[in-house]
Amino acid sequence: MIEVRDIHKSFGDAHILKGISTTFEKGKTNLIIGQSGSGKTVFLKCLLGLFEPEEGGIAYDGKLYADLADEEKRDLRQEMGMVFQGSALFDSMTVEGNVKFPLEMFTKQSKSEMKDRVDAVLKRVNLIDAHHKFPSEISGGMQKRVAIARAIVMNPKYLFCDEPNSGLDPKTAILIDNLIKEITEEYNITTVINTHDMNSVMQIGEKITFLKDGLLEWEGTKNEIFKTDNEAVTNFVYSSDLFKKVRQMYIKEQN
Amino acid sequence: MNYLASVGSYAIMIREVFKKPTKWRIMKSLIFKEIDELIFSSLGIIIFISFFIGAVVAIQTALNLTNPLIPRDLIGFATRQSVILEFAPTFVSIIMAGKVGSYITSSIGTMRVTEQIDALEVMGVNSLNYLVFPKIIAMLFYPFAIAISMYVGIFGGWMAGVFGGFLTSEDFITGLQSDFVPFHIAYAFVKTLIFAFAIATIPSFHGFYMRGGALEVGKASTTAFVWTSVVIIILNYILTQLLLG
Ligand SMILES: Nc1ncnc2c1ncn2[C@@H]1O[C@H](COP(=O)(O)OP(=O)(O)OP(=O)(O)O)[C@@H](O)[C@H]1O
Ligand SMILES: [Mg+2]
Repeated sequence: MIEVRDIHKSFGDAHILKGISTTFEKGKTNLIIGQSGSGKTVFLKCLLGLFEPEEGGIAYDGKLYADLADEEKRDLRQEMGMVFQGSALFDSMTVEGNVKFPLEMFTKQSKSEMKDRVDAVLKRVNLIDAHHKFPSEISGGMQKRVAIARAIVMNPKYLFCDEPNSGLDPKTAILIDNLIKEITEEYNITTVINTHDMNSVMQIGEKITFLKDGLLEWEGTKNEIFKTDNEAVTNFVYSSDLFKKVRQMYIKEQN
Repeated sequence: MNYLASVGSYAIMIREVFKKPTKWRIMKSLIFKEIDELIFSSLGIIIFISFFIGAVVAIQTALNLTNPLIPRDLIGFATRQSVILEFAPTFVSIIMAGKVGSYITSSIGTMRVTEQIDALEVMGVNSLNYLVFPKIIAMLFYPFAIAISMYVGIFGGWMAGVFGGFLTSEDFITGLQSDFVPFHIAYAFVKTLIFAFAIATIPSFHGFYMRGGALEVGKASTTAFVWTSVVIIILNYILTQLLLG
């Protein structure tokens, strides 16, 4: 579980996060939605400890990040996995090398232990014959799966994904979404996902946090998001014509 | 003011590079990779340039020796001095600032814009140590490349002098051996080592702290080359004044 307590983050004069408090539960897919520029990535990077908020704090299973010693912060980092927007695979390494990297860096496992673990996670993300390919030789969807495999190889307690299905076709996007949800439940991970894809919201949105201009505007489940009267949320959710029609049909049905 | 701030962040970067070292087993293979990339793959161009520069220095000296009272073996002497003191350490380093420097800036810059550096940081890796330290260590071997450059440069001068009919091989060698000051070699290698540090770290700095996309990676490489060359030229002046002046 991650508790976020009134965090503020600025870059120079630009006040990006203006006091956000929320809780992300274990074993659930927590979604952060909001317009481009609303501060989703900055928020996620605060959760990751890449940015330190000027005010407020973040507690991971009760441990306040700011209170930890450097050593403990490092240990906590190793309990986190991150899937970046552009996958961020190391392009000088093969698929296998990428997934093995955290193990080589931070564990004392033997070669065969590492190989078994890498095989297991690559199998988990349904990639079985790409071990020796380089990131530039595989498709975007495969890169995302390698990134997920790399993020979970250390058995993280916390998994963060920045727009995991941007740039993917709708079918592959759903596969990736489902994969993240399954992994979250299977390993009881606290997962936080940035997205502006309404399909993801419908598919895996167990808890949805809507950010607007650096503030938390609305929070709820995927069922609630279609019923809410909050104008900012409805404007965002029904920004596409297709969804507008769906909503009209939905309201008609209700009456 | 901006420049001062950059110098400050550069100093902070250097300090970070030496903190929280990467596992030796991994670092070792990174160092070997960088030696290959930065040193071995540069030897071809270094040898090519040095040979012809040495040859041209010999020809220029020969053509300017119009006074019959000056002995021909001065050609060997002049070639040795210019190659050892300036052409090998300084001129070749400027070329390397372009070749090695642009490789360093673009490879680190690409990692920055594709969030690979963030990925390292998230895992708890000291990305500056991981990326820059092996380059600094690899560049410790740069003086060997410059030693080769000196040898080949003088050889080029000998070829041009002897086969161009300007002087005999014996005269050239007499010139080579006359008035030899061993400290000049020390001076040249001290310079080389300091330039090596500049070539490893200044382009790293420009790659590591860049923002933007592919276009900016290109711009950062150019900026890095300009600054590395400027720093080499200034350091060359200061070191020459300090060590020989
Ligand atoms: N390192 C930084 N330095 C300065 N400003 C930044 C930095 N990172 C983000 N910002 C600013 O913070 C604001 C929010 O950016 P952020 O990347 O969090 O948006 P986002 O919600 O993730 O958008 P998108 O959906 O397009 O990814 C933007 O105005 C951006 O310019
Ligand atoms: Mg973003």
